[in-house]
Amino acid sequence: MTTSTKVPDHVDPKDGPAPDPPAPRRKRRKGWWLPYALLVPAVFFELLVHIIPMITGIWVSFLELTQAYIANWGAAPFAGLGNYQISLDFNGVIGSALLRSFAVTCAFTILVVGIAWVMGMAAAVALQRQFRGRSLFRTFFLVPYALPVFASVIAWKFMLQKDSGAVNHLLSDNLGLIDEKPFWLIGDNAFISLVVVAAWRLWPFAFLMLMAGLQSIPTDVYEASAVDGAKPFRQWRSITLPMMRPVNLVLVLVMFLWTFNDFNVPYILFGSSQPPAGDIISFHIYNASFLTWNFGLGAAMSVLLMLFLLLVSGIYLMVLNGRNKRAGN
Amino acid sequence: MKIRSVVAAIATGALALTVSGCGSGGGGGDSDAAGGGSGSQTLTYWASNQGTSIKHDKEVLTPQLKKFEEKTGISVELEVIGWDSLQTRIQTAITSGQAPDVVNIGNTWAASLQATGAFLPFDDNAMSAIGGADKFVEPALATGGAEGQPVTSVPLYGLAYGLFYNKAMFEEAGIEPPSTYKDMVAAAEKLTDTKAGVHGLALAAGSYTENSHFAFINAVQNGAELFDDQGQPTFSSDGVVKGIHRYLDLMQKHEVADTSNAQYTNGVQAVNDFAKGKVAMVISQNNAGSSIEAQGMKPDQWGVVPYPAPAGGEEIASHVAGINLSIFKNTENKEGALKFVKFMTSPEVQKAVSSEFKTLPVLKDAEPTFSKKEEASKMFQNIYNNMSAPLPLVPAEDQFESSVGQAMNKMFATIATGGTVTLEDVRVAMETAEQQVAASSGS
Amino acid sequence: MQETRSAKLFRIAVLAVLTVFTAVPIYVMVSSSLKPLGDVQGAFSWWPETFTIAPFIEMWETVPLADYFINSIIVSVSATLISLVIAIFAAYALSRYRFRGRNVFSTSILTTQMFPGILFLLPLFLIFVNIDQVLGIQLVGTRIGLIITYLTFSLPFSIWMLAGYFDGIPHELDEAAKVDGCSPMNALLRVVLPAAKPGLVAVAIYSFMTAWGEVLFASVMTTSANRTIAVGLTLYSTQTNIYWNQIMAASLVVSIPVVIGFLVLQRYFVAGLTSGAVK
Repeated sequence: MTTSTKVPDHVDPKDGPAPDPPAPRRKRRKGWWLPYALLVPAVFFELLVHIIPMITGIWVSFLELTQAYIANWGAAPFAGLGNYQISLDFNGVIGSALLRSFAVTCAFTILVVGIAWVMGMAAAVALQRQFRGRSLFRTFFLVPYALPVFASVIAWKFMLQKDSGAVNHLLSDNLGLIDEKPFWLIGDNAFISLVVVAAWRLWPFAFLMLMAGLQSIPTDVYEASAVDGAKPFRQWRSITLPMMRPVNLVLVLVMFLWTFNDFNVPYILFGSSQPPAGDIISFHIYNASFLTWNFGLGAAMSVLLMLFLLLVSGIYLMVLNGRNKRAGN
Repeated sequence: MKIRSVVAAIATGALALTVSGCGSGGGGGDSDAAGGGSGSQTLTYWASNQGTSIKHDKEVLTPQLKKFEEKTGISVELEVIGWDSLQTRIQTAITSGQAPDVVNIGNTWAASLQATGAFLPFDDNAMSAIGGADKFVEPALATGGAEGQPVTSVPLYGLAYGLFYNKAMFEEAGIEPPSTYKDMVAAAEKLTDTKAGVHGLALAAGSYTENSHFAFINAVQNGAELFDDQGQPTFSSDGVVKGIHRYLDLMQKHEVADTSNAQYTNGVQAVNDFAKGKVAMVISQNNAGSSIEAQGMKPDQWGVVPYPAPAGGEEIASHVAGINLSIFKNTENKEGALKFVKFMTSPEVQKAVSSEFKTLPVLKDAEPTFSKKEEASKMFQNIYNNMSAPLPLVPAEDQFESSVGQAMNKMFATIATGGTVTLEDVRVAMETAEQQVAASSGS
Repeated sequence: MQETRSAKLFRIAVLAVLTVFTAVPIYVMVSSSLKPLGDVQGAFSWWPETFTIAPFIEMWETVPLADYFINSIIVSVSATLISLVIAIFAAYALSRYRFRGRNVFSTSILTTQMFPGILFLLPLFLIFVNIDQVLGIQLVGTRIGLIITYLTFSLPFSIWMLAGYFDGIPHELDEAAKVDGCSPMNALLRVVLPAAKPGLVAVAIYSFMTAWGEVLFASVMTTSANRTIAVGLTLYSTQTNIYWNQIMAASLVVSIPVVIGFLVLQRYFVAGLTSGAVK
């Protein structure tokens, strides 16, 4: 992975590419230390709260850290790759369950991120133009995001009950679309419920970030293209999307990572009894470590998950940034 | 510059908030957190949520803790913890060593927690310091840890399963409360009226802990064991498989439990159905009494009998359920902690507290006081003392609960969504559960 | 510029669909919070059959909601402000400078988002306990521990996102400022930040919500002295009962200040960058 939020060369279509900031030459320039100084506080907190615990986690994945040793980690026997073997033995019970959970999570993530992004983008575009009541919609769409996660998921759980839930009441009693009230929290429907609830919680976030990005696009760019006779959809494709690329690049990636690692929504929605169709991987790992007290195994699964996500993110950034560069030049 | 001053204000504001937020305990409580009793005459006590709310727990316990302070000069810092986070809190406490002095645990965790070595074993000295092993009901004390080792927890509150039944519904149908399994099923079938939305029984069929308890009870009724002498799981043995299948059949074959029960992830939901008259019977622990009453059902409207065993089976109606009390080994005030455990398990405190939490006394000679209904109290005390078997006292007990319980959740879900679960399906599921336990308890 | 017909139709359709989707659960929360507990447990009805405001009164009793609310506000606001300042500096460095280690930094903070949070829990707790023992700074069971945790949780995304927004601001702007004799920090304060205002607000809202809603770490790192709302709400579901109506009432009440905050911040979403700024 070599790339990051690179300096985009296409920020301002009118004025052509912005000049690259001066790169440090062999001779240290005056003020070379400034970027480092700017990063110091971030590095400090990242090390403390993220990096060191993560390295500890990787270390634990090589240990046989069961209930017999958690009071004294130092004494836990070295397990070598044992935990990884168990996790990756897809013929064994644990490995095959992990693989199934992984497949469910992939499908879940793609759907949720896709839905959330489309909804967020649609709302951001719909609210781009000034009209009466715009700020009301803006605030209202953010309400799902403002509700504490426990509260909103519990409300959904309440709505998804078979006999006393609002969803079945609406579909069956009010609209008469179905005769038999289906289950939403067990069986295969649990997957649909999970996707809907997760998307409901996530889309306002996409909306927020995209809206902030859209606001930074100068309006005269649109005016100029409208004069050229561009239709709204074309404007969106030829102006909005490219201008939003730096924002989208990060937004989609991060939503992908969060959704993949989502713990709260499945945990609150299903309690500690995951239906197989809603067996999301981080909850699966939680069960493997906290419920069965095998922290080494749980850590090994986490490391595998991290490696997978690293790979995906790497490819994603490489491909998109590559395209970015070509598009800009 | 405007923006600059804004940023400056933000920075100082943030700093000020941080400082005032934590420095001198400005606001909230002034508790010393889980400080492990640094002041030597203070104990930290984590209590589990037993009452109708955290506030109720505090109201019940605080006067007792005051008494304890008057008696011994030791003040107790109480924190009531909800069940959602109790296990994680204990695990992090064990890992880090930053732990309270005394903690409540679910007694089914006892052997698993004992295996961590983080808890004080109640050896002979410790046991006599809390008033001797003799004072406890024997099967209750046996839940305190693995066999052959000094226990690391002692019973605090006793719980047992009973079959609650709705008196009016039984009278109306002209049936007696069931005393055999067959009677129970027959009564449930008779009282089930799907059109009216009434069912014979409610089960917490989506709760893996409840399900695992019933796997155990039904297996023991069949004379089966869950672990062999070497501590290896035997979930796929005949007795266990048949026991589980019998329990599943309440929904599958007899159809006396509503399929909606498969999404009840919490025992409370089944109890609510009972209190609302939507079901004629519910199998629940004695503390369900407070939920039932809170819902407006009067004590004389319900009765309770033991959950019956099938003909020829063992007369076991419950596992020895309840809450135990443990001392963290690294307490700086071992003597005080022992005094506190002695106090909490003394007849006076047991009497005062168990009537509030609707729990059974864990002491041999104590009278149950949890219900105004003497008959119900006596019935539960009888089940607890004479008809209960302890869950397997092995470190892998928690894995039994999660693997078997989760498997049963899935089977109930299959039934509820229109599928069938045969005896063979149960056996396969149990074999998978066995492998899970074997694989995750260290290769 | 005139809005075309199809654009208008699109706007109306999108807003209608999203409004309904957003509103239904919120409506259910409101109507359930106005029902007695018995009704909430029974069959669903859109309109409360028995109307009561009791849940809004009882909820303060069942759980010490007010204390938790204060904790949450202090923790979330502090974490947001500190995180924002740190992220602005870091994002500025990433956006405007090429330096050695730049890629290492941005890659590693992204990597932190790939490890399941649940696995951070034990190690982080352990580190905090050690800091307490070695340095005597108590982090477990205090607000400062939560603030440090949450501000870091929101840092990676805030940095990446802000760098993205900063990238969108033409470099001519700060170059011009520098020509005028501004130092790089002055250019950041006077030129870049004002132009990135919508992004700053979005990131601040994100940081705040990260801290506001976090349950897992809070459930382990808080005691009754520093418990936050997010954990406090779980306490309405007890051993013997689930107070559905009070959960809904409490959720609504604690969300009101946040929604008002959003409303106030609205005006900053007005475009920070006008075409005239680029000469």
